Amino acid sequence: MKIALAGNPNSGKTTLFNALTGLKQKVGNYPGITVEKKSGKSKLSDEISAEVIDLPGTYSLFPKSMDEEVAQQVLCNYDDEDYPDVTVVIADATNLRRSIFLLTQIIDLNMEVVLALNMVDIATKKGIIVNVDALSREIGIPVVAINARKGNGIDTLKDTIIKTLKSKPKIPFLSVSKIFKGVIEKANIIRGVENDYASFMALCKQKLSGEEKNREALNQLCAVNEMIPERAQAKETVKRYAKIDEVINAVVKKTDPSGRYMVNKRIDDLLIHPVLGYVVFLSVLFLIFQAVFSWSAYPMELIDGVFVDLQKFTSNTLPKGLLNDLIVDGILAGLGGILIFVPQIAFLFAFIAFLEDTGYMARVSFITDKLLRKVGLNGRSIIPLLSGAACAVPAIMSARTISSWKERIITIMVTPLMSCSARLPVYTLIIALIIPAEDYFGFNLQGLVMMTFYLIGFLSAIFVALVLKFIIKTDEKSYYIMEMPSYKIPDWKTVAYTIVEKVKVFLFDAGKIIIAISIVLWFLSSFAPGNKFEQIEKKWAGTENAEMQIASEKLEHSYAGIIGKSIEPAIKPLGFDWKIGISLITSFAAREVFVGTMSTIYSVGDDDIQSIQTRLSDLKNPETGKEFFTPAVGISLMLFYAFAMQCMGTVAIVYRETNHWKWPVIQFLFMGVMAYVSSLLAFQFLS
Amino acid sequence: MRNLASLVVGDKGEMVQISDNSLEQKLLEMGCTPGEKFEVVRQAPFGGPIAILISSYVLSIRKEDASNIAIKLLKSE
Repeated sequence: MKIALAGNPNSGKTTLFNALTGLKQKVGNYPGITVEKKSGKSKLSDEISAEVIDLPGTYSLFPKSMDEEVAQQVLCNYDDEDYPDVTVVIADATNLRRSIFLLTQIIDLNMEVVLALNMVDIATKKGIIVNVDALSREIGIPVVAINARKGNGIDTLKDTIIKTLKSKPKIPFLSVSKIFKGVIEKANIIRGVENDYASFMALCKQKLSGEEKNREALNQLCAVNEMIPERAQAKETVKRYAKIDEVINAVVKKTDPSGRYMVNKRIDDLLIHPVLGYVVFLSVLFLIFQAVFSWSAYPMELIDGVFVDLQKFTSNTLPKGLLNDLIVDGILAGLGGILIFVPQIAFLFAFIAFLEDTGYMARVSFITDKLLRKVGLNGRSIIPLLSGAACAVPAIMSARTISSWKERIITIMVTPLMSCSARLPVYTLIIALIIPAEDYFGFNLQGLVMMTFYLIGFLSAIFVALVLKFIIKTDEKSYYIMEMPSYKIPDWKTVAYTIVEKVKVFLFDAGKIIIAISIVLWFLSSFAPGNKFEQIEKKWAGTENAEMQIASEKLEHSYAGIIGKSIEPAIKPLGFDWKIGISLITSFAAREVFVGTMSTIYSVGDDDIQSIQTRLSDLKNPETGKEFFTPAVGISLMLFYAFAMQCMGTVAIVYRETNHWKWPVIQFLFMGVMAYVSSLLAFQFLS
Repeated sequence: MRNLASLVVGDKGEMVQISDNSLEQKLLEMGCTPGEKFEVVRQAPFGGPIAILISSYVLSIRKEDASNIAIKLLKSE
């Protein structure tokens, strides 16, 4: 059994989805179209369980942006494999008029549908009293009052879903065949389906299944009857709202006509203030980066310590030999390199989920739209940009809500420049090496440097956007139409679910690649062509205390050493040696691989087990005899990671979202040039 | 006829007509139907978007789009 969950943005849809499915969720793709699909299993009763699909939030069945198109595709195509047996529409009781517009369209498609009326209790407190039974009678479908956050009414909703199975609405909410007399019947005949509203949608040029072959005939039908689709659609919308207003008047009693904005007014006075609004926004960002850096320090040290102990234990327990080396230097070194960043990623995603859930993100869009427009972006771009600080892949997908093609493309092109969480491990490691852990005017100096790099990411994104604004040409008009949701205390469960989901993706999706690369690397650095290793051993035979020399010479002549050395001439001007060269190559799979690679390469042949950080800070430059990781090398390396497109996941998603190889290729090239040039300048200038 | 862009925070009005076709469809679906009453509640800094309270929710829209929306002024601030 399949259930689709539909509703307006900010109606509590995700909270209801979590309440229905718990942690039994998965993220996949819709077949054919390349859009993320969130679904989960829900146990409706002892016998019946169902697959629940969380559709993107939409205001109507006539889509205006890519994510709304997904909702339409699932709800309007009977032969779609996700076509629901029952659709649950969630509506916000404090905002009933607009919320049930979508519902009445779905009723008119003659689908099995249940209305989950969210926050009836809160509406009552605000002086909006909804008569749930009367509403159910008026619109002719079951209505269940719920509070998705508290979990109230969920069991009743489940029972009602089962009862609604195979019971379609008896009569349409609005009869389009009466408004457009004669035309709809003929359209039904052309389409061979007896569904007035679907035929109306088809007449209005919506993409329903199998519509292509009828296109000509339907267009002709419009022409003969002097029906202009845009005008017809506007007329139908106005009539629908007129009918909705009748229903609202009959079932809703308002005791406080002032509306609910007053509650938010005081907060908005501060957060939308022409000066303070921006001060607050920057302070929030500053606080996040300080917090991510200092709060996660303790759990990170703990994980690091555990892995060093584990490596020592394994190394001493297992018999010496290849297997021991593989497990200690290959697998455990790589695994430790991933797990250590879970705390930072969890904190970062927690903050972003928190900002979205409170309603603050919409205010940030509101006060930044004018500024972002100057560089070819949209107020809505702020959500992808800020989410880009966590991960560019979901961030680029969230750009779907931007309806203007040009603004959306620019957003997609610049989002990967925002410092994502995969750069965090790289920055963390290098900052710890070159920046002392001191306080500077009461702020953690390492945190300040970290923030500077986030700022570099943001400013370069703005700069590139400005350049693209003048290059990309379009005649299409852009809009900024956005609801400002009421402020609310975030739903901690939703925030927690987001963290779990994101950490899971990082651990399993990125983790798999990292472990695989760690093993390959261990292999490449432990073996050499021919009998090179034997020759080295023979050369040093008899010399005392030569283990270190043997190990480093072996690494130099191993397969990994050969690869690293072959690219060394290109990266030497940036201050990098061939060992970093290997890490740069492996990082093209994903940036966070850098740390694992570094720890694998530098562990091979080193009998002392220590954490990667101590190992790197002890490293000496063979030419100068001084420490290798000078500030110049560190800054150069961080700049390279700030700009270079070292993420296969992002390349893939940009291709999917733009449906063209042109965009990811351009992006890869300009980011690569920016990385090389800035690293070159930084190293040459600083050293 | 006045347009929405000419109002200031505190003004109250009534929707009359939206002249831009795709803007019209989008706003109609969000409940901005002719005759619907609203109040201007916010103006973003630097001539940014405005926010109106309509149908008991707050909707934000750019000024240049607001100038395509004909309204009837009910109460001036």
